[in-house]
Amino acid sequence: MFESQTAPTYHLETVEEQENDFILNLGPQHPGTHGVLRVILHMDGEYILTADPVLGYGHRMQEKIAENMTWSQVLPYMARMDYLSALSYNQAWVCLVEKMCEYEVPRRAEYIRVLTTELNRISSHLLWFGAFLLDLGAFTPFLHAFEDRETLLDLLESLTGSRLTYCFFRFGGVGADVDAAFLRGAQDFVKQMHTKLPRYHELVTGNVIFRERTRDVGVILPFDTWGYGLSGPVLRGSGEQYDVRTSEPYSIYPELDFNVPVEQSGDCLARYLVRLNEIDESLKIIEQTLANMPEGPIKSKVPKIIKPPEGEASMAVETPRGELMIYAVSDGGKVPYRVKYRVPSFANLSIFSKMARGQLLADALAILGSLDLVIPEIDR
Amino acid sequence: MITEISIMRTLLSILGITLVVGVNAIFVVWFERKVAGHMQYRLGPTEVGPAGLLQTVADGLKLVSKQIIFPQSADKPIFILAPIICLVPVFIALLPVPFSATWQAHELDMGLLLVIALGLLNTLGILLAGWGCDNKYALLGASRAVAQILAYKIPLLLCILPIILLAGTFSLREIVLVQEQSTWFALYQPVGFLIYLIAITLETNRSPFDFAEAESELVAGFHTEYSGMMFSLFFLAEYTYMLVASAIASILFLGGWLGPFFPGPVWMLIKIYFFLFLMMWFRWTFPRVRVDQMLSFGWKILLPISLLNFLITAGVMAAL
Repeated sequence: MFESQTAPTYHLETVEEQENDFILNLGPQHPGTHGVLRVILHMDGEYILTADPVLGYGHRMQEKIAENMTWSQVLPYMARMDYLSALSYNQAWVCLVEKMCEYEVPRRAEYIRVLTTELNRISSHLLWFGAFLLDLGAFTPFLHAFEDRETLLDLLESLTGSRLTYCFFRFGGVGADVDAAFLRGAQDFVKQMHTKLPRYHELVTGNVIFRERTRDVGVILPFDTWGYGLSGPVLRGSGEQYDVRTSEPYSIYPELDFNVPVEQSGDCLARYLVRLNEIDESLKIIEQTLANMPEGPIKSKVPKIIKPPEGEASMAVETPRGELMIYAVSDGGKVPYRVKYRVPSFANLSIFSKMARGQLLADALAILGSLDLVIPEIDR
Repeated sequence: MITEISIMRTLLSILGITLVVGVNAIFVVWFERKVAGHMQYRLGPTEVGPAGLLQTVADGLKLVSKQIIFPQSADKPIFILAPIICLVPVFIALLPVPFSATWQAHELDMGLLLVIALGLLNTLGILLAGWGCDNKYALLGASRAVAQILAYKIPLLLCILPIILLAGTFSLREIVLVQEQSTWFALYQPVGFLIYLIAITLETNRSPFDFAEAESELVAGFHTEYSGMMFSLFFLAEYTYMLVASAIASILFLGGWLGPFFPGPVWMLIKIYFFLFLMMWFRWTFPRVRVDQMLSFGWKILLPISLLNFLITAGVMAAL
């Protein structure tokens, strides 16, 4: 009777290695996983029989931490989940609290929020561009992308004070006003990217080896997209036109003129093209916010101690990786009663096992790269 | 008959080859880092020595002084033997390579054959490295190296055969001398030249064909478990192998030391570095090809074309 009480073992670790197959432990320290993701691969030579991601190496109990912090103390933790798009997380949290407390946000603050978030989106996509090509074995594009990203990070640093883990938005506004130097810098960056993007396409998109490595690799059928809860470029690469910025508009996005790039083929190349086109669309948004930046205050008056009324609310935003939704319950006190993060990387990773089955090891890593995972966001 | 002169000559050639290998490794690694740097908006090494030239020496010293770690489950004799088997053949392969009509360690009638045969031993070293250290990534890398060897060696040989038909000799020195009478064989064999270029990139395990050590897939491939001096032996072997492959390419196709104005060795070095630069250019601009794509490319495209090239050359030679 005691046998049934033994601890459940992870089933793949107990798989017997046969004559021709073996277990390959990919990660948590591996150059191809970009973080502490571990994948247990059951391989037959170079081919993958099954792939099982193991999560939790970076688990910091973010949701529990939020229950012990005041509503404003939670804000800095937002940058620690998806460190590549900290401003999207900032936005989700401040919008959520503003929704619960019904705070007004000045229009200038909304413009600054959208401007910086889109700059952040470009920096995230640039890093992904480099890292994805690193997965495919090309080293040079990584440093080309970093060259542009560096300009961008310097720019955001001058405004927000940090280079990566921004904590810039405030309830009812933003932390600092943009000055002329920042606006000029943003304009220069847009100009720079307009000349650089075609060069990326020249250097990478047209390359025969690159196309052969990505075309028809890791195809996600439209049938699977909603079932696995995919979102962001991974979803739009499979022909679904869903972007929170247009489907459930927030902030000033309804007033802006931009497209949602969609590709039909659902392979790694499609996801790559969607992201590069998104950089283009973000540049469009930035140009519009720069041209129409209204004058006025950057922050409305909110109480020092924030006590949202009893109730619950959720807020969804589009991060560079997909749909982030934060759900919070307030009991009317100084600290949240419960916070739940619905993160895009976690859902996007869920389809990896299905896609990797039967693929070559090299393809599996290309697929993993094309999902644009941020591991601390998955583990949170 | 062993005379004093022949002993002196042997000693001098050993010294010469060691010098060439050592100085070449120091310079090529620096050159590669500079080339890569300038392709990536960087400067490359600048700190140690003039223009960072001594960076490789510093790196080498660091590697030599590091502890060599043996994995517990490694097969120790094989583990130690593998880097040596990788390096020694490329040393010997430099013996018959002429740097000018007179600068040659040892003239051999079968020089070209010797170089080709020794080139195959490199893969043996990689296989032993992958097998000996009991690491799955290393084994995968080694198995890839073995899988690719037939896919490029046969086209490579089929590109060399027309040259032998044209020159009528296996001696590397005489192949150049024949080109002195006619012209560079690259003009007679443009297709063979291109295939040879692809094949030597494959042979030296360089990107876009660096499957055996594919970093993003296999961590470091066959040398995952190697550290310190043992690792640098693999490194040295790779760069020396690049030198040998480039030297053979310039001898077979670009007339070796032939050229106006400069003395022979200078021309030889210019041509060698032209090929080395090409390989670096490939490495820093291309993504990695997938293993199966490379195999089908080797078997389905390179092999038929090189075979056709050989048959046509042989037919034309017979007709004339």
